[in-house]
Amino acid sequence: MSEEQGPKKTRSFKLPPQLVNTGLVPLLAVLTSMVVGGLIIAAAGGNPFAAYAGLFEGAFGSLNALSETTVWASPYIFAGLAVAVGFKGGLFNIGAEGQLAFGAVAAAWIGYALPGMLGADIPAVLHVILAVGGGMLAGGIWAAIPGFLKAYTGGHEVINTIMMNYIALNLTSFLLNGPMKDPNPMNVVARTPLIVESAHLPPVFPEFRFHWGFILAIGMAVLVWWLLWKTTLGFEIRTTGANLDAARYAGVNVKRTIIVTMLFSGILAGMAGAIEVTALNYRHELGFAVGYGFDAIAIALLGKNHPAGVVLASLLFAAMRNGATRMQFLTQIPVDVISVIQALILLFVAADTVVRYIYRIRSRDERFSLTRGWGK
Amino acid sequence: MSIVLEAHGIRKQFPGVLANDDVSFDLKKGEIHVLLGENGAGKSTLMNVLYGLYKPDGGEIRVNGQAISMSSPRDAIEHGIGMVHQHFMLIPVFTVAENIMLGMESVRGLALDEKVVAERVRELSRDLGMELDPNAYVHDLSVGVQQRVEIVKALYRKAEILILDEPTAVLTPQEVEDLFKIMHDLTNRGVSIVFITHKLKEVLEVADRITVMRGGKVVGSTTPSEISEAELANLMVGREVSLTVDKAAAQPKETVLEVSNLRVLDNLGTVAVDDVSLTVQAGEILGIAGVQGNGQTELVRALTGLARVSGGSIRLDGQEVANASPRRITELGSAHIPEDRQKDGLVLPFPVMDNLVLNTYYLPPFSQGLVVHWDRALENANQRIEQFDIRTPSAMTHVGTLSGGNQQKVIVARELSRPIKLLIASQPTRGLDVGSIEYIHGQIIKRRDEGVAVLLVSTELDEVLQLSDRIAVMYRGKILAVVPAAEATKESIGLLMAGITEKKPA
Ligand SMILES: Nc1ncnc2c1ncn2[C@@H]1O[C@H](COP(=O)(O)OP(=O)(O)O)[C@@H](O)[C@H]1O
Ligand SMILES: [Mg+2]
Repeated sequence: MSEEQGPKKTRSFKLPPQLVNTGLVPLLAVLTSMVVGGLIIAAAGGNPFAAYAGLFEGAFGSLNALSETTVWASPYIFAGLAVAVGFKGGLFNIGAEGQLAFGAVAAAWIGYALPGMLGADIPAVLHVILAVGGGMLAGGIWAAIPGFLKAYTGGHEVINTIMMNYIALNLTSFLLNGPMKDPNPMNVVARTPLIVESAHLPPVFPEFRFHWGFILAIGMAVLVWWLLWKTTLGFEIRTTGANLDAARYAGVNVKRTIIVTMLFSGILAGMAGAIEVTALNYRHELGFAVGYGFDAIAIALLGKNHPAGVVLASLLFAAMRNGATRMQFLTQIPVDVISVIQALILLFVAADTVVRYIYRIRSRDERFSLTRGWGK
Repeated sequence: MSIVLEAHGIRKQFPGVLANDDVSFDLKKGEIHVLLGENGAGKSTLMNVLYGLYKPDGGEIRVNGQAISMSSPRDAIEHGIGMVHQHFMLIPVFTVAENIMLGMESVRGLALDEKVVAERVRELSRDLGMELDPNAYVHDLSVGVQQRVEIVKALYRKAEILILDEPTAVLTPQEVEDLFKIMHDLTNRGVSIVFITHKLKEVLEVADRITVMRGGKVVGSTTPSEISEAELANLMVGREVSLTVDKAAAQPKETVLEVSNLRVLDNLGTVAVDDVSLTVQAGEILGIAGVQGNGQTELVRALTGLARVSGGSIRLDGQEVANASPRRITELGSAHIPEDRQKDGLVLPFPVMDNLVLNTYYLPPFSQGLVVHWDRALENANQRIEQFDIRTPSAMTHVGTLSGGNQQKVIVARELSRPIKLLIASQPTRGLDVGSIEYIHGQIIKRRDEGVAVLLVSTELDEVLQLSDRIAVMYRGKILAVVPAAEATKESIGLLMAGITEKKPA
């Protein structure tokens, strides 16, 4: 160690080995999955190159395709951020699906029913804020409950968020078939009435479905990054997530931090649902936004729980979903193959040892950690 | 005697550290060759190279005179090399037999014949005089027994060369004696052993030959008969080290910590701290001696707000802090060097910088409210690294990759760099090398001389005797006696530690 003069040293925040972990390995996981997916397509008698060309064209081939990809991506980003925040705080929020549904239901209700209840119109900006804010709150509270149970009773959040999912999804089904059902006599679908125009989050360009929700999603990613890495609260969340005992030792109120983490996670998931309602569908319908909360887990893992990674992973998943139809149209290869590839990606990311082995990448510091070693 | 394993000119570069610099080493058949060196000297690196885990950047390895190249531990095992790592590699939810079978090639088809393996493990361990139950789950076993599983695992694979990386770091004195017996037994059967340690006493007790490493290089080779403990220490550290502590007489002033009739339950609900009363004055060190598990851990956790107090009172600087939050206690001027540094004291995947502000991140100058000024934290980190001589490639290095001594220095730097009235140091030098121990002892004395009240808890009797001004002995949750250090001897304290209070036998 040579003497370093003064504190002004280069600020090398990200080291190459970390780049390997957070960048290279996920990238190789995606590539490997594409290759395996291609083999599956070939085995089924298709032409993988044509299929991927179709996929690419469907996702990026025109301005409209691009716009549609962002439409897919925005709920992925919100929900992916939700799961990533939970992971950073050491909490596995499997409940994003239910939190998202409640966010959508709350936003829809505020969107179509609140003006009537108040007996007055609500100014547009305020109405949008109320609808989206209401959705965020609904998602947040729904996630904070398992957070509270974890903090004060030790009840495991995985179990409790799954339970809360059942409640949320069944309750949503009940509401959309009953009290909140669109009363239009022609309607046979489980859906809410349309929200009034003042609650619409307007499109950015009239000719495309590309909407402000996507821009908000990118903004949220930046906000999440800032919060986690630049604030005291973020430090507390990360510390609690990385080492609960050390957080306690350091004087962090870990119970409060656990609840706040879940609240924040649920707010993001709720926002995913609320934006779908206010910016895209203008109502909530059973079957809208299904599976986003679960895809979000894969997205968070692929994005290594980093907001930038979540955005990239969301764009990838969105492009695949969006391009799949075009692929099927051009090559008659069923869209299900995309689900297979996504599942493979998740598999390779979760079991990154496999990827490291295939490409001969040594683990980060060449240390194994199956157990904690000496003394417990 | 023939040379079974030979390394020549080994070089291994890590980002920022040359961990092995032209290292040569050899092992003769049936000997115990001690590899001695401070934390970070490069001992584990060398052994991991010999075990095929790390690829050396240069040098040659010979087994029984033949040059070999290894790309994984599998190759090493094939050449008869077995290793018990500093950090165990057992899977806790598997049984002993399953762990031993794991990764073996000699599996007929897919049908792992667990019964057969279990029987052979039982025979082999009995034969070696260390009875293992092959069906026990690893997480139910004590550290000492887990270590035996690792040894049997290596021998099961027909290892004739056994590398033990700091095996005694976590063993009780009795377990250490047992291990030495097993080692001698093995060498009598022709097994050759590399034994890594930084404990000087052990070296002279077991070594046939000694190789000393420092800063990635071999700095000497010798035998126990040619060298003394003090000479070994100097060789290892690279300068004169004192194995004793120099300190002036204490100047105790006002009472800082006053504990009365304290009662604490452990997590099973039994009384761990039983009616304990003690005081610590500014400018003195009160040492608490005792065999591990006599309530010291719970006492410290209660004093620092990490465990519930079920009776009695704790006054810190005049304020009642029984059941106060850890943050309030810290803010009143208490510093805590925790017993388990990796579990409580550090966040291993975080950079050194973050760990140095683990409990001050929310205070000026690091933060005035919501935003953390990481540039100031970085500045702080660079200062502490310099001031406390923390050996790390940079402030942004993850603390988990540092050696134990440097991890402990991070904690010491953090806790001693703010204004404090009370220092609670629990096992402050456990597992550390001579140089780090000397340094940390020096820092503790320095704080005492500056008027800090110090409560030192250690199961190392030598440490308590060297540092303390007064000594309290804890036994089964009670304080049996408090004696001035000047009147204490190893024997008198040792008797108290065993619970014997009578001055004279009847
Ligand atoms: N996997 C690794 N990556 C980077 N640096 C390492 C790694 N392993 C060890 N080092 C560094 O190499 C040096 C020697 O470490 P090590 O061989 O573990 O020492 P010892 O076992 O003698 O305590 C130390 O400075 C340590 O920080
Ligand atoms: Mg080592």
